[in-house]
Amino acid sequence: MKKVTGTIDYHKKVITIRNLYKSFGELVVLAGIDIDLYKGENLVVLGRSGTGKSVLIKIISGLLKPDRGDVFVLDKQVDRLQEKELRELRLKLGFLFQHSALYDSMSVRENLEFPLTRNVKNLTTAQINEAVEEVLDAVGLLDKINQMPAELSGGQRKRIGIARTLILKPDIMLYDEPTSGLDPITSIEINDLINEVQAKYRTSSIIITHDLTCAKATGDRIAMLLDGQFRKIGTFDEVFDTQDERIKAFYDYNFTE
Amino acid sequence: MSKKSPYLTTKGIDQLFLGFFHAWKFIAQFFRELFSRPFETKEIIRQCYEVGVRSLPLITLTGFVTGIVFTKQSRPSLQSFGASSWLPSLITIAIIRALAPLVTALICAGKVGSNIGAELGSMKVTEQIDAMEVSAINPFKFLVVTRVLACTLMVPVLAMYSGFVGLMGSFLNVNQNEYTTYQSFIKEAFSSISFLDIYSSLFKAIVFGFTVGIVSCYQGYNAGNGTQGVGRAANSAVVISMFLVFIEEIVIVQVINWMR
Repeated sequence: MKKVTGTIDYHKKVITIRNLYKSFGELVVLAGIDIDLYKGENLVVLGRSGTGKSVLIKIISGLLKPDRGDVFVLDKQVDRLQEKELRELRLKLGFLFQHSALYDSMSVRENLEFPLTRNVKNLTTAQINEAVEEVLDAVGLLDKINQMPAELSGGQRKRIGIARTLILKPDIMLYDEPTSGLDPITSIEINDLINEVQAKYRTSSIIITHDLTCAKATGDRIAMLLDGQFRKIGTFDEVFDTQDERIKAFYDYNFTE
Repeated sequence: MSKKSPYLTTKGIDQLFLGFFHAWKFIAQFFRELFSRPFETKEIIRQCYEVGVRSLPLITLTGFVTGIVFTKQSRPSLQSFGASSWLPSLITIAIIRALAPLVTALICAGKVGSNIGAELGSMKVTEQIDAMEVSAINPFKFLVVTRVLACTLMVPVLAMYSGFVGLMGSFLNVNQNEYTTYQSFIKEAFSSISFLDIYSSLFKAIVFGFTVGIVSCYQGYNAGNGTQGVGRAANSAVVISMFLVFIEEIVIVQVINWMR
């Protein structure tokens, strides 16, 4: 699917991050991050493995606490929220984990029903079925409804993971390495799906990846994370039109290897 | 100038106290979540089935064998005093007061504890617990409270069942050797048992069940990364549960004897 970038509202910030620091022991992974995510935008965070990309979205979703700095999601400061308020905020966030994190002991249908029935009260069976089938149809896997996660391929698991987040109709999607471990064709399908989700559900997204093909296909803006800080933020061409050797090396490695 | 140590005492002692602190926090969270809505009734019933019904074959076997073996081993000693008629009451006291809750708890620590430790550990390392969290579901309530409650409820039931099966095994042996009828075996068996014995046995089983549940959940929920972390969680769930069960047995027996 061709990327459509006409629906971004640059006057409305859905995520604001200022001066964010996070360390694990002596290891500093985020050293003063500043960035905004605009409504309807796909922001790709690029960087090498172990540079703190996943840590960033875990802080945004409240799974990790920052050492210092401010993280506002939909105008709420995440690390200052009470448990109940954080749960309410999380209903507006969708999180695709690197390895999909589907519940092994549940079928695809149960994986999708689980967050829905726990968070939306008084749904009839027909309404639950309709919601499940709608999101499965959106990711093109309606025929896998009764299968167990172990019976699915890596790409299918990612799609079901996306469907599981979409069932709660989130405003913001957080994708953690959506194409890692996938073959090039499946990666392209996942990239298309990310763009379809942006267009159809009008979500704003942060996509964590080290895959430049994914970054180019899905990102409205790219933020290059190096040494715990964003070295360059802009469109794909702006970011890689640079004299910075490390950014150039990143590009060369992805596209010339 | 010497570098200031980051530890209050030594690294090992600091970590030990930190471990105790985390464990107490975990237990406190269990009691806080236990009485807050929503109650995961369906999942509690499912876990009771997993802990209770799925453990039945093993509990039946061990209870039965314990009854037979203990009877066979006790007979020569009693016979040497000409007191083999005391066999049913001796066996009953041993099974009801000590063996049934203890053996059941140890079996559950091995079977259920390792299962819970491995299951939660694997959910932790594959980010399934984080996935629940970000889906606005309380994973502690859904995964921990239900399992601990199921263990606390089902271990006493299994212990009583194990006691019954053990007595049946013992009766079989006594019947074959001393030609004692079922009625006289039961009459003799329960002549020396008081309500305190039954209540204390039940109390012990409840404490053991809670211990197996909370230790296994704690180890699984806090598993380290990778498959090694899952293995360690399952292993330490069993080892620590068994260790604590023995400690609790000693303490409770002392208290009960003091009350007697």
